[in-house]
Amino acid sequence: MGKHNITMTINGESVSAEVDSRLLLVHFIRENLDLTGTHIGCDTSNCGACTIMLDGKSVKSCTYLAVRADGAEITTIEGVAAEGTNSHLQQAFHDQHGLHCGFCTPGMIIRSMDLLKNNPNPTEEEIRWGISGNLCRCTGYNNIVKSVQQAATEMAKEKEASV
Amino acid sequence: MFKCKTSPEVGGMGHSVKRKEDARFLHGKGNYVDDVKLPGQLSMVMVRSPYAYAKIISIDKEKALAIDGVLAVITGEDLAQYNLHWMPTLLSDTQMVLPTDTVMHQSQEVCAVIATDRYIAVDGAEAVDVQYEPMQAIVDPYKALDDDAPLLRPDKEGQEDNQIYHWERGDRAKTDDAIAKADIVVKERIYLPRIHVASIETCGCVASYDKDTGKMLIYMTSQAPHAIRTILALVAGHVGLSEEKIRIIAQDIGGGFGGKVPVYPGYVIAIAASFLIGKPVKWIEDRSENLVNGFARDYHMDCELAATKDGKIQAFKVSTLADHGYTDSSANPSKYPTGMFSICTGSYDYEHAFAELDAVYTNKAPGGVAYRCSFRVTEAVHAIERMVDKLAAKIDKDPALLRFENFIKKEQFPYASPLGWSYDSGDYKATLEKAMDMIGYDDYKKEQAEKRAQGKLMGIGICTFTEVVGAGPSKDFDILGIAMFDSAEIRVHPTGKALARFGTKTQGQGHETTYAQILAEELGIPYTDIQIEDGDTDTAPYGLGTYGSRSTPTGAAAAAMAARKLRDKGKKIAAHLLEVSEEDIDWEVGKYFVKGAPEKSKTIQEVAFAAYTNFPAGMEPGFEATHYYDPPNMTFPNGAYICVVEVEEETGAIDVKRFVAIDDCGNIINPMIVEGQVHGGLTQGIAPAMYEGIEYDDEGNVLNGTLMDYLVPTAVESPHWETGHTITPSPHHPLGAKGVAESPTVGAPPAIANAIIDALAPLGIEHLDIPITPAKVWEAIQEAKANA
Ligand code: FES
Ligand code: FES
Repeated sequence: MGKHNITMTINGESVSAEVDSRLLLVHFIRENLDLTGTHIGCDTSNCGACTIMLDGKSVKSCTYLAVRADGAEITTIEGVAAEGTNSHLQQAFHDQHGLHCGFCTPGMIIRSMDLLKNNPNPTEEEIRWGISGNLCRCTGYNNIVKSVQQAATEMAKEKEASV
Repeated sequence: MFKCKTSPEVGGMGHSVKRKEDARFLHGKGNYVDDVKLPGQLSMVMVRSPYAYAKIISIDKEKALAIDGVLAVITGEDLAQYNLHWMPTLLSDTQMVLPTDTVMHQSQEVCAVIATDRYIAVDGAEAVDVQYEPMQAIVDPYKALDDDAPLLRPDKEGQEDNQIYHWERGDRAKTDDAIAKADIVVKERIYLPRIHVASIETCGCVASYDKDTGKMLIYMTSQAPHAIRTILALVAGHVGLSEEKIRIIAQDIGGGFGGKVPVYPGYVIAIAASFLIGKPVKWIEDRSENLVNGFARDYHMDCELAATKDGKIQAFKVSTLADHGYTDSSANPSKYPTGMFSICTGSYDYEHAFAELDAVYTNKAPGGVAYRCSFRVTEAVHAIERMVDKLAAKIDKDPALLRFENFIKKEQFPYASPLGWSYDSGDYKATLEKAMDMIGYDDYKKEQAEKRAQGKLMGIGICTFTEVVGAGPSKDFDILGIAMFDSAEIRVHPTGKALARFGTKTQGQGHETTYAQILAEELGIPYTDIQIEDGDTDTAPYGLGTYGSRSTPTGAAAAAMAARKLRDKGKKIAAHLLEVSEEDIDWEVGKYFVKGAPEKSKTIQEVAFAAYTNFPAGMEPGFEATHYYDPPNMTFPNGAYICVVEVEEETGAIDVKRFVAIDDCGNIINPMIVEGQVHGGLTQGIAPAMYEGIEYDDEGNVLNGTLMDYLVPTAVESPHWETGHTITPSPHHPLGAKGVAESPTVGAPPAIANAIIDALAPLGIEHLDIPITPAKVWEAIQEAKANA
């Protein structure tokens, strides 16, 4: 089995490791780095529970080899806000009851970050399509949509205040 | 409407307080079973059968064991040495842990590979060489009953055919007679296909045996950890795993929905492996294993509904064939092998009903879990609600009007149903009126008439369901003999903060918040000062767990009753502190006061402190209480759902335009959480109605065993749900609550099916089984046109 040395930045910290060629990024994150907020819900890239930010884009880390992430900059759910604080999305999911069991939530939040980055003022339909690569079996999505809407509003307010 | 008795800060019943459990999930700090990492932990992966029915000729472990890091390959023969190769199911049937000679369904566990990590375990599983001799599988449950069908379970003494049992309830003769004499009889064979709960977290466990202490610690995604502990002790007591040595910890669960009630073979094998190897063993299903190795529903129901010519229902009869796969592992109470199916007479008042069911073995995976449904209520409601619509269509009467004319009236409660239930309360008329108002029923009727005139297909579907939840009175309900009650234990600390533990197990329902709210309501201690725990069998009081909407009917009631015990004790302490007699003390939320002199009072916190520091002579110190609640009856949540759809004739595409759900779940603990539960259940209702169904080919192969082809709805397929409530408290529940989370899963499928079939009615289409996909609609349209 081929081994490779890889280095990447995860949640602002540089990590290096020797990994098997076949190691999936999601397993590297969960098992080698003990960042278990990134979840696994399928084996066909359908559920999005494993979604992380990689070089500024949301990526399903179950469909990505760890070696391919060599040199990448990664944010997982553990790194989206400073310790003890909530990002706008985290706060909105709490306020709008956008989570039940919480298993899909890290992936939903990361995916929504990407969505709002590219479309700061999405319609309900754009949000629904935007998160359609992420499955939630608990919430029925209404409140996830509301959470993303609240975060969009809060982010817009913040932007306005900063100009 | 419900009026809050507490301030928002105290956060008792009726307040939409935000959830206490959210923070850890939002920061990626939840503790799900796959997050457990113990020193020296090994990984277990299954070798599974490619055949639905085959003899095992040989299992060659050698190549697997030669792989560096593979420590063991466990077969049925290995387990047989300890008599652990079979286990009882929850319904006293038997299920293989691992086979010794025959595999009975595709993807059945054949042997297990234990290795130092998951990748190596998968390599090992690939390297195991199993030789099979395939046999002709029985896939069609009707064929399972043919005279020449092979006997699938010769291992069972006295089993002479493939029928598992026959069950019936009601008066067959009177029902047949009423049907024979009726003006109108509508008939249909209705199939509710196999589906899967597909919680986003699959099942799994980490078993860790400590040779020195003899303790078996098991982290498990279990909705019923205490019951599972008892079952494990029954299965493995003979090898030394007695109940006090087993500790099950169910931490955060990534969705349960009934799928995490059963004992799966993987659990038993992981436990055996840890016992034999002496190291922690983790087993986590992958998604396909999860989807293919369990199921819910799978009822074929022959229904007959009889009525007068103007639509007064007189009798209902339903004969069901239930496909259980190769063993009956339904998670039903012992005396109710068909669960609460006898709720099938619905929300309507009539005299005669008869229900019977034959359960059969086939070469399919076992399961029969109560998927977000109180044991077969979904099947029952689908049957009656489709038939009521069929009757309405037949006599050309508005289905809403037909329902109004047949509803059990408010003043008829408690209502004795023809199949033996005592419905506790409801106001069906008000609930349906509210739904019709909210959606604008009359306007849609007009719009539909206009659209029909233009040749467009638009449908309006109603479902007015009654559920039966909260098992149960222990005299009637047990799982493997264990009576179905539930428990709460409260400890109020000297500073007035509290810890409460429960026998139920949350899986996303928000118990850490809602149970704290109940205690806040009863004691006046702010919900934020109350910590809720569950899921650890070493610390939580014994309980049967969370499924069948039983947490509110049983666990929440236990919490209220335990709190009331504390209040009684507190009253004595308050009297002592205020130097009056107990009879002179009154209570209002959060404090005791002297009757007629309200300025003389003691808060609950002061009383709690006194319970440890200054209690009356002779009184037992401390401020703790436990209650095991045995409900006097089930609760009967109900609702009225209305769905509006448009169907495109050319393609069969279905567009759900509106969906309004009015639920009556009695008094509400947290409206925000109830609404969230309803949303989630509705999406799990549209799922089988339009998208999901496990399909098999003639050889018994599952055709859609991944999330690529088993279509769990995304945010795009899921409509924007509209919800509302009527409130008819349960007269026998201490809080007047009923339980809600399963109503939407039960009520949505018939509402959607009724709407789509109503849209297709102008073409002469009278029935379609769910899932109603565009392809199915398109085919039905072509057929209807060809016949026209
Ligand atoms: S785990 Fe399901 S998409 Fe990655
Ligand atoms: S909250 Fe449970 S899967 Fe989304």
